[in-house]
Amino acid sequence: MAISFTLNGKAQSVDVSPDMPLLWVLRDTLNMTGTKFGCGMALCGACTVHINGEATRSCITAISSVAGKKVTTIEGLSADGSHPVQQAWMEEDVPQCGYCQSGQIMSAVALLSKKPSPTDSDIDDAMSGNICRCGTYQRIRKAIHRAASMQGGKAKSAA
Amino acid sequence: MAIAPVVNRRDFLKTGAAGGVALVIGFYLPGKFEALTAAPPAEPAALNAWVRIAPDDSVTILIDKSEMGQGITTALAMLLAEELEFDWKKVKTEFAPAAPQYFNPLFGLQGTGGSCSIRGSWGPLTKAGAAAREMLIAVAAKKWYVEASTCHAENGAVVHAATKKRLGYGALVEEAAKLPVPANPVPKDPKDYKYIGKPTKRLDNPEKVNGKAGFGIDVRLPKIQHAVVARCPVIGGKVKSFNDSKAKTVRGVKQVLQISSGVAVVADNTWSAMQGRDALQIQWDEGSNAALSSDSIRKLYLERAEQPGAIARKDGDADAALAGAAKKIEAVYEVPFLAHATMEPMNCAADVRADGCDIYAPTQFQTFVQMTGAKICGLKPEQVHVHTTFLGGGFGRRAEQDFIAEAVEISKATGAPVQVTWTREDDIQHDFYRPAVYSKLAAVLDADGWPVAYKSRIVSPSIMSRFFPGSVKNGLDDSSVEGQANSKYSIPNFLVEYVLTETGVPVGFWRSVGNSQNGFITECFVEELAKAGGKDSFEFRRKLLADAPRHRGVLELAATKAGWGQPLPAGRTRGIAVVESFGSFVAEVAEVSFNKSSGEVKVHRVVCAVDCGRYVNPETIAAQMEGGIVYGLSAALKGQITIDKGRVQQSNFHDYELLRLNEMPKVEVHIVPSNDPPGGIGEPGTPPIAPAVCNAIFAATGKPIRHLPIRAEDLA
Repeated sequence: MAISFTLNGKAQSVDVSPDMPLLWVLRDTLNMTGTKFGCGMALCGACTVHINGEATRSCITAISSVAGKKVTTIEGLSADGSHPVQQAWMEEDVPQCGYCQSGQIMSAVALLSKKPSPTDSDIDDAMSGNICRCGTYQRIRKAIHRAASMQGGKAKSAA
Repeated sequence: MAIAPVVNRRDFLKTGAAGGVALVIGFYLPGKFEALTAAPPAEPAALNAWVRIAPDDSVTILIDKSEMGQGITTALAMLLAEELEFDWKKVKTEFAPAAPQYFNPLFGLQGTGGSCSIRGSWGPLTKAGAAAREMLIAVAAKKWYVEASTCHAENGAVVHAATKKRLGYGALVEEAAKLPVPANPVPKDPKDYKYIGKPTKRLDNPEKVNGKAGFGIDVRLPKIQHAVVARCPVIGGKVKSFNDSKAKTVRGVKQVLQISSGVAVVADNTWSAMQGRDALQIQWDEGSNAALSSDSIRKLYLERAEQPGAIARKDGDADAALAGAAKKIEAVYEVPFLAHATMEPMNCAADVRADGCDIYAPTQFQTFVQMTGAKICGLKPEQVHVHTTFLGGGFGRRAEQDFIAEAVEISKATGAPVQVTWTREDDIQHDFYRPAVYSKLAAVLDADGWPVAYKSRIVSPSIMSRFFPGSVKNGLDDSSVEGQANSKYSIPNFLVEYVLTETGVPVGFWRSVGNSQNGFITECFVEELAKAGGKDSFEFRRKLLADAPRHRGVLELAATKAGWGQPLPAGRTRGIAVVESFGSFVAEVAEVSFNKSSGEVKVHRVVCAVDCGRYVNPETIAAQMEGGIVYGLSAALKGQITIDKGRVQQSNFHDYELLRLNEMPKVEVHIVPSNDPPGGIGEPGTPPIAPAVCNAIFAATGKPIRHLPIRAEDLA
């Protein structure tokens, strides 16, 4: 049975088991490998996407629950890396290995859409679900503040 | 193209002593690499193994090291850009294939580890870049009928200053590639450096923020299948029998087969393979480790600690001094096994055919991958093509061949390309762990509180006994004693012994290797000596490091920048540690607060001073210090792998916890300006953080912490 949803603004329809997690539909069915597998238990945040604008761990989100909804992945933030969060990430030289960064960026974008001028405590709360084994955390924090000021404190929609 | 000489251990150790290269993984594989004779044919527009130039003057650099976040891609490109003067904005990079010209001269094979990529590449790339520049200038000068000395290279072109004639590299490279390579090109004067030493943003940032960076787990080939392997939960156990009838009914599952490491489920997607594996019924032969436990291992260590060990260092006669001493300071230090926990779990894709094999992997050791493929497939190593991807973290884990072998075996058996993916549980439970170590120490202080004798007996498994057995002579594995045996504290009677003790638990290289446990043990025990003699932690070390100027240099810089001796905010305490590893010197001061009742330890600030000699990219150095500190801090506060009934008890991030953003201290990095030969940077940031934090807590509680991770009862 086909499950339909919107992915980065385009209609998608997939014929997979309804319990297949969105993460694997993205990575294996649709070859959208920007969203990463880290733990399979929503403990690490590498799989973070937006569903109807909300940051969601796709590794535990069954594809059936995504039917009719709008999914945004890292690939959908911008055509050319021009999203302010992506720009801030590059300006602060955030990534090291880079594996967690898709999830980090998606969580950060979701945070800024709700709190355009987040405090450090807001950042702690929103971002502590995303593990970075390379330890880029203080650069992530700085980049979020930078993106916030780039956006003039105004929320920028992810979709 | 000449094969890089295979480095034998004796030559390597000579280089090590003279060149300041601290313990690097000393590989010596006699005879096997003569087989890797055929370098791939030179590409058109390739001036040397690393540089390709396109007609539009853009340059592609072949990166022969594995990029695992340490920024080597950018640094190697900078080394070439400095000599070759190309337009940095147009530079592209690719990972090099496996071939002899890409051997790290310090290893005698192609691989990334031991924090020695810059040390191995700086000389060769400087020479290659300068030679390429001279060849391009020679072609342009000939075309213009002028002397080469009147031309110079600039921004991807050769320019004749007097006439302002200009030719882009793209127009010159084909002819330049036909010229003989100058034997003694003249490199740039360091005072003219435009790139080296300047903070430079990473070249791989754009693809790491837009989801396009290709990690091993992202490899997608036409008709690729996905496999997940069921491995015995008991260490070293094997398959006795299995029933795959239920597994085969899972939607998407194509095939189930037994391989060396367990039972593989092959499906058209990773999820179905995992579901299929869950449906397998397997009887295991648990083997000889079924009764193994952390308790049984500790009991073994306690017994072995009573036996003398191989002597790793002997100055004077510490045993005599201890025997005659009225008062001794004695301590036992213990640290657990640790998992690597790279964010990208182990994985590998392989496509085995009759005529050859392609392996796509986030690997740290390309030469070993060729050997693995050759051995399993009955091919020659040069028939095994290695495609290195980005690594989502390495830390030494991806030097191993276990996940490579699985993909090759499955592809060989199925006749189709396959990608093997490990789940997080697989990754944590089938690791090659940082060894658990037990170290028994004793020291004597003189009447003024200065140490006159120091003895340490180290009990632990040996990594090199598996990885490079030729290097373990008379029971001494250098990687087990580094960080204790090479201590530079001026103590006249100094004895370090090593009791090689196998436990059955697989052990491997973990970021900073022996320095990870021994840096902690040395710096915490030295702290006990300082406190026993009523001395300040910083002043005590400074005096004992009188003959070690580079240790003293970072110690003093860190202490100064941290405001050592000045009052701290209420509730905070400070600790200091200094560790030399991989040719570099790092001191860290940690500012800590803690809560006895909740058991919480909060590290507020870490001031880090690093002396790594000459360096390429200070932005990378800061990032690697930050990262190394976080890696060590996770271990200090949370990390432990425990064994029960032969099984690793931890499985995911709920029981193998890692530091999160809200626990990140403010890290300040200060680099010592230096003209000394380069040291490593990937690993040296890790050893000092655990002792700095423990010493901070000790300062407040009066009780030393003699084990990791730190526990609530340590705070009372």
